[in-house]
Amino acid sequence: MTSSTLLGITTIAYLVASGLYIGLLVFRAKKLGTLATVLTALTFLVQTAGIVLRWIESHRMGYGHPPLSNMYESLVFFSWSTVIFYFGLEFKFKNRILGAFAIPFAFLSMALASMFHPDEIRPLVPALQSNWLFAHVMTCFVGYAAFAVACGLGVMYLVKSKSQKKEGLLASLPDLRVIDDIIHKTIVFGFLWLSAGIITGAIWANSAWGTYWSWDPKETWSLITWFVYAAALHARFTRGWGGTRIAWLAIIGFISVIFTYYGVNFLLSGLHSYGSG
Amino acid sequence: MSSDKKKNDLWAFLASVKLALFTFFTLAAASIIGTVLPQGSEFHRFVHSRGWSPATEKVLQVLGLDDMYHSWWFVGLLSLFSINLIVCTIDRLPNILRLVRLDNLGLGVDRIVKMPQRREWFTAASLAEAESAFREKLAAMGWKTARGEHGSHVILSAQKGAWTRLGVIGVHTSILLIFVGAIIGSSLGFKGNIMLPEGTSSTKVYAADGSNSMIPLGFELRCDWFELERYDNGTPKDYRSQLVVLEDGREVMRKAIEVNDPLVYKGITFYQSSFQLLDGSFSVRITDRASGKSRLFHIRPGREFKWPEASVGFGIVNQQRVYPMSLRHKIWFNDPAGDPVQFWVNDGGTVPVVRGGKTYDFTIKQMYATGLQVAYDPGVWWVYAGCTIMLLGLYVAFFMSHRRIWVVLTPADGGRVKVNFNGTANKNRVGFENLFARMAESLEEDDSIKLTRE
Repeated sequence: MTSSTLLGITTIAYLVASGLYIGLLVFRAKKLGTLATVLTALTFLVQTAGIVLRWIESHRMGYGHPPLSNMYESLVFFSWSTVIFYFGLEFKFKNRILGAFAIPFAFLSMALASMFHPDEIRPLVPALQSNWLFAHVMTCFVGYAAFAVACGLGVMYLVKSKSQKKEGLLASLPDLRVIDDIIHKTIVFGFLWLSAGIITGAIWANSAWGTYWSWDPKETWSLITWFVYAAALHARFTRGWGGTRIAWLAIIGFISVIFTYYGVNFLLSGLHSYGSG
Repeated sequence: MSSDKKKNDLWAFLASVKLALFTFFTLAAASIIGTVLPQGSEFHRFVHSRGWSPATEKVLQVLGLDDMYHSWWFVGLLSLFSINLIVCTIDRLPNILRLVRLDNLGLGVDRIVKMPQRREWFTAASLAEAESAFREKLAAMGWKTARGEHGSHVILSAQKGAWTRLGVIGVHTSILLIFVGAIIGSSLGFKGNIMLPEGTSSTKVYAADGSNSMIPLGFELRCDWFELERYDNGTPKDYRSQLVVLEDGREVMRKAIEVNDPLVYKGITFYQSSFQLLDGSFSVRITDRASGKSRLFHIRPGREFKWPEASVGFGIVNQQRVYPMSLRHKIWFNDPAGDPVQFWVNDGGTVPVVRGGKTYDFTIKQMYATGLQVAYDPGVWWVYAGCTIMLLGLYVAFFMSHRRIWVVLTPADGGRVKVNFNGTANKNRVGFENLFARMAESLEEDDSIKLTRE
C-alpha cells in the first residue's frame, strides 16, 4: 500500500460523499445523511493514513519532511483541513446539509491535485528546511478551509434568499439568519488563522532572508485576502450590510484565497515559486 | 457653532467604519497592480519586453507604478488607514473604558430586570437568608458578587471578562505598532548583500537599494569556509558558511550559518542566501597526524604548492567530473620520506597519505564564494510585538466576552421574597444563554434557597 493508492481512493470516495450530501439536500432522506457522514469520516481516516504514509515514505527516501512542501501536498492538506473543519461545523450545528456545500471542495481539491500536479516526493530546497514551514502552512490552511466552507455557505445563503418558497428543496436549508450567523462565525475563525498564517510567514521570511515583508505577489495577495475579510467583519457593524452582502463577500474572499494560494503560483512569479511543482 | 459642527463631521468621518471599509477595498484593489506589474528593477525589463512606448513607461513611472508600494499615493492610503485607526480608537476608547469600569450596581432595577437573559422566582426565605444563600451559591459557581441596595431592593451583581472589551483596541493598536516598526526599519535600518569568497573578509557590504553604494559594518566579517551538500539528484540540500567576526583584527564571534539560521552581531544579521562556484580554485588542508600540525592552502590545478615547515610539496595533476555535479582530483604528493606518490581523492573528501613513519590527512574541496544578505532592522521587534498583540487581540475580541449577571431581591407580599436573576453578554450570546440556563437550573435545584416559580 502506497500513499498514492490511499490518496487515489480518497479522491473517489470524496466524490461519492459529495454526491450523497447533495442527494441529502435534494431528497431529504435522513439515511443518505448518515451514510454521507460515515463515508466522509472513513475517507478522512484513509486520507489521514495517506498523508502520514507519505511522510514516512519521504523519510525512507532520505528526505524526511512533512508532506506540505509542494502544490500536490498542499492541495491534499487543504482537502483534509476542509473536511475536519466541516466536521466541526456539522457537530456544532447538527446540520448535515451544510456538507453539500463543503465536501465538494474537498473532492475538487483532491481531483485538482491528482490530475494536474505530480505526486512524486521531492527533497526540500534549503529555504524550506525550517520548522516555520509547518507552522506557516498549518495556520494558512486551517484559515483556507474555514473560508472554503464560508464560501459554500455564502452560495447556500444566496440560493435560499433568491427563492421565497416555503416548500421544496430550498426549504430544507437552514434559516437565513442561521446561515448568516454561521458564515460570520466561520469568517471570524478563518480570519484569526489567516492572520496567524501571514504572521508566521513574515517571521519565517525574516529568519530566512532578513525581510519580514517584501511585497512579493504571494504576500501581497494574502494581504488583499486579509483586507476583503477585514471588510466583511467590519461591514457587519454598519447598518445596511445585510446577509446578502456578507454572503457575496464570503464568495469574493474565497476567490481571493484561491488566487493567493493557487493563481499566484501559475500566473505571477515570486519568492513562493517552489510551491508550483 | 458651524465650524464646530464641521469639525465634528470631519472627526466622525475619520473615525467611521465607512472610511475603514473604503480603505480596505481601495488598498486591496490597488495592491493588485503591483502583483501584475513587476516592481523595482524588473519594471523596466518588463515594459521593454512588452514593447510599450517610452511615453507609456514615463506615465507609469510618474504614477509611481514602477515601485507602487512605496509611491506617494499608496503611502498616502496607508496613512489614511492609520489616521482612521487612530481617530477611531481615540473616539471609542472613552466609551469602551466606561463599559469596562461600569458599576453594575448603579444600573436601575427596571433596566436590570429587562436584560436579555432573565428568570423570576419566589422564595420563602428571609431577605438576609436569600442574600447570603445566593452570594455563596454564585461564588461556588465562580461569580464573586458585589452588593448594593436600591430602595427596598437588594442587588447582587457579578461580571467576568470586562477587560475583553479592550480586545478590539488591542487589534487596532497592533496594526499601528507594526507600522511604527516598519517606519523605524526603513528610516534607521538598512539592507545589503555581499559575495564573500572563502578565506576573504570585508568591512563593508553593498546597499540593496540599487544605489551600488557601500555600507560600512563597523567590524570585519570573514568567511573561513563554505560547504555545499547535495541530494543524490544534484539539487542543493544544504549550504553552510563559517563566518568569523573580527574587531581590530581580533576574533570576537564565530558561527556556521545556513539558510534559516543566520548570524547576528551588533544587531546586524547575516543570512545565507546564495553561493557562487569559484572556477578553478580549490582549498586543501593537510594535517600531520603525529604532530597535529595543520595548514590550509588555496590552490589552482597544474602547479606545485609547498608546505615548507613539513617539507611537503603537492599539486593537482588531473581532474575528472563525476555525475551529477561532483569532481574528483588526482593529487601529486611528495615529502623527504620517499618517492612522490599520486592518488585520487573525491572533492570534499579526505584521504590518509602514509609516508614512512608519518601519516598526513589530505582534504581537498572546490572553493566557493558565499552570498550573504545583510539586514539591520531596529524596527523588527515593534513588528513582532504588534503581531503578537494582534493575535491575542483577535482571540479576545472574537472569542471572549464580557458577561454580567444580577440577582435582585425584593420583599413581596406574604413575607416572601421575589428573586430576579438576569444576565447579558456582549458577544457569543448563544453560548451565554446556555451558560445562564445551566446556572438558573442549578439555582432552582438548590435546597438552601428553595425557589418556586409562583
